[in-house]
Amino acid sequence: MNTRHLNTVWVVLMLATLGTLGIGEFGARFGLAGPLAMAALLVICFVKGRLVVLDFMGLRGVKFFWRGLLLGWLLLVSALIAIAYWIALK
Amino acid sequence: MDIAPDTPRATPAAAPPGDLAIWFFILAELLAFGVFFAAYAFGRAHNVALFNEMQQTLDREAGALNTVLLITASWCVARAVEAVGRSRPATGARWLLAGIACGGGFLVVKGFEYADKFSAGINLSTNTFYMFYLSLTFFHFMHVILGLVILVALWVKTRQGAYGPADMNGIESGAAYWHMVDLVWIVLFPLVYVMR
Repeated sequence: MNTRHLNTVWVVLMLATLGTLGIGEFGARFGLAGPLAMAALLVICFVKGRLVVLDFMGLRGVKFFWRGLLLGWLLLVSALIAIAYWIALK
Repeated sequence: MDIAPDTPRATPAAAPPGDLAIWFFILAELLAFGVFFAAYAFGRAHNVALFNEMQQTLDREAGALNTVLLITASWCVARAVEAVGRSRPATGARWLLAGIACGGGFLVVKGFEYADKFSAGINLSTNTFYMFYLSLTFFHFMHVILGLVILVALWVKTRQGAYGPADMNGIESGAAYWHMVDLVWIVLFPLVYVMR
């Protein structure tokens, strides 16, 4: 992994974190609330987690089995959170 | 992007970077945190009003600052591994030190958050939300402390020149553990501080 790529990943992660905070602070003012905000937060969370797994943990060039385990964990946790949120809406 | 016919294609590595044992440990940790996250999410589903009200009492900016600190620490550690892999242990040690500083910053910010809550009389039995908040974040807090102990050990050994392109196992294993701590917080922050 070269330094430039790692730096780019860090910048993207910082921007995504700003996005998460922005949704929490100002989302409702711009119509980004409720399930829509929830979906946006989960997407940002997955994108950030995927970058950490692939580029910081160094699993990008590793057999799918290992990437699949960690990204699968991320997907499973996101799905469970989404299901629980959906139950709460009912 | 076109690949010339005679360009050798990189075959994926069979095993992840570092010691295989650390990856089984990481998977076990992720499983534990996953159960915790699900318990929080389904606990919230049965107490939506309480969780939404109590979430407003959290310091969201402090949570975001801690996200910045942990991600930056992870970046520093990744840069350290990269530097050591290029036979630059002194540079690697400096990146590790920067990572340790960011991780320490996380503990300080979280310490202020805890002090604020405890001084307001909040504890594990205040309500269901704070039972989850305190236990989940403290469980993570303990992992940050363990991660920092590992980073300090890596820093000492890197300064001694113990790692290099031919011996990356130790530093890659420690780095993988630290990134796991970061990964968990990436889920924890939006779940506990933001989602409502």
